[in-house]
Amino acid sequence: MAGARVRLAVLGVLALALAALPFLADKFYVQLATKILILAIFAMSLDLLVGYTGLVSLGHAAFFGFAGYLLALVSPQYEAANLWTSLAIALAGSAVLALVIGALVLRTSGIYFIMVTLAFGEMLFHLFHDTSIAGGSDGIYVYVRPVGTIFGWQPFDFEDFTHFYLVVLVAALGVYALLRMVLASPFGRVIVGIRVNEHRMRSLGYHTFRYKLVCFVLAGTLAGLAGYLAAVQFGVVNPDMLGFHVSASALMMLILGGMGTLVGPAIGAAVMMTLELLFQKITDHWLLPMGVFIVLVALLLPRGLVGLVTGARAKDDSRG
Amino acid sequence: MAEAAARETVLRTEALSRRFGGLAAVDNVALECRMGEVHAVIGPNGAGKTTLINLLSGDLPPSAGRVFLRDREITGLRSDAISRLGVGRSYQKTNVFLPFTAFENARVAAQSRLPSSMRFFRSARTYRQVNEAAERALVQAGLEGREGIPVSALSHGEQRQVEIAMTLATGPSTLLLDEPLAGMGAEESARIVELLQKLVAGHAILLVEHDMDAVFAVADVLTVMVNGAVLASGPPEAIRSNPEVQEAYLGTEEAH
Repeated sequence: MAGARVRLAVLGVLALALAALPFLADKFYVQLATKILILAIFAMSLDLLVGYTGLVSLGHAAFFGFAGYLLALVSPQYEAANLWTSLAIALAGSAVLALVIGALVLRTSGIYFIMVTLAFGEMLFHLFHDTSIAGGSDGIYVYVRPVGTIFGWQPFDFEDFTHFYLVVLVAALGVYALLRMVLASPFGRVIVGIRVNEHRMRSLGYHTFRYKLVCFVLAGTLAGLAGYLAAVQFGVVNPDMLGFHVSASALMMLILGGMGTLVGPAIGAAVMMTLELLFQKITDHWLLPMGVFIVLVALLLPRGLVGLVTGARAKDDSRG
Repeated sequence: MAEAAARETVLRTEALSRRFGGLAAVDNVALECRMGEVHAVIGPNGAGKTTLINLLSGDLPPSAGRVFLRDREITGLRSDAISRLGVGRSYQKTNVFLPFTAFENARVAAQSRLPSSMRFFRSARTYRQVNEAAERALVQAGLEGREGIPVSALSHGEQRQVEIAMTLATGPSTLLLDEPLAGMGAEESARIVELLQKLVAGHAILLVEHDMDAVFAVADVLTVMVNGAVLASGPPEAIRSNPEVQEAYLGTEEAH
């Protein structure tokens, strides 16, 4: 378990460095880092499905956007929503949505699974885009950020970008720790077994559908957490948040960083956001160099960017 | 025979059939597996032996007929449900978790015997009974000292042993073994034959195997299948001298 200790040490140093960021960098970079951390949560939640369970979903943004909408819908127009109740509603909502969608899509597998997840994502997109439920195609604003008081004490103020950044950092580290714990548990061993050989898992006595469904709900709920935080940060929720683009770019982050590693997708989120910014400075056609970069990584680094560091040892947490 | 008659029937089929289009892969098969016995099923390639095991293990639903486990009908149950009732199977074509270590293969198999694996907090490595069952199965299959090696790096014969270790790690009372010796070296084969002779005391074993020396070394009952149907069934000596069987199958075997 020397690998785990090294991982913990690296992560500790990284966490400290990230915690120090607001005291070293100006607002722009702190907000960029906030965005990256939120996307890292989203990408890690997708990695649980794609990298560990082998379920390639193209509809993961549905849970991200839905949770954002729930915050916008439960927020009073000119007052702050209660953080705890609105967060609980957003998480429960995305969990229920994942349960319903998962119960249907998990009856398929392989390419069909990809297609039906895409279809459900698009259905949700059009539900919010084509109707006036929440501002239609314009989306809906969250004018005032939610406030989280504990018995009258307010530990942080989301209107302060440093506070919000630190809360998001804690959330991202918490999600990472949670997923590490789950992956090491009997449940985690089952889902990895399903990715490698679902047929054998069944003949060993595992009702694999149930495990996949629980996994889908967990991933959807964590995507909901990311979507909630994104809605808080940007103060606006629109149908694009649920759409194919967001799902696909999360998948891109996994490919860039290295799927089935948790850290990889988080790195993928950081690299993608940073490059997007750089390329945008250079050219209006920034998607072009971005595409070239992703193709190069996919061709040259089949294990993603983390493969550069871990090399042949990559994927070692799926070995047991 | 008198002794055999007293043994408890564990697994039983009635007129079991499976058709693939116009082909009757398994045709009206009735057989019994008793506790403490090895029931070997032999027959030429394409006789339906593997399909028969697939019907018993729930990997395939039968087209007709019934399967009973003790007094309970298990016809058409899914493979995970049948596994949980204590029927373990091994595969002819090695069906393991290649990226995992030998130990993790057996550990995941043993973990399936927890009442549920919906456990999210404690590390899977800390379940002592699961670890012990996995280790025991690996030793039984002759893999001590090889636990930490990814199965993809093991030899073909050792992968076959992992296959058997996984089946044993689930602690089944009935074993369905589909050509366990295929691809094994002489030494490993001898070891598995010895293991079967030991295991038979507490298990009902259905064995599909092409290695006739092994079959006659362990079988208490022998069933010969040809074209999906049972040609003959009975004690090994009676089958060996059955002229029909000799013509259809064993004759070629004794030629060399």
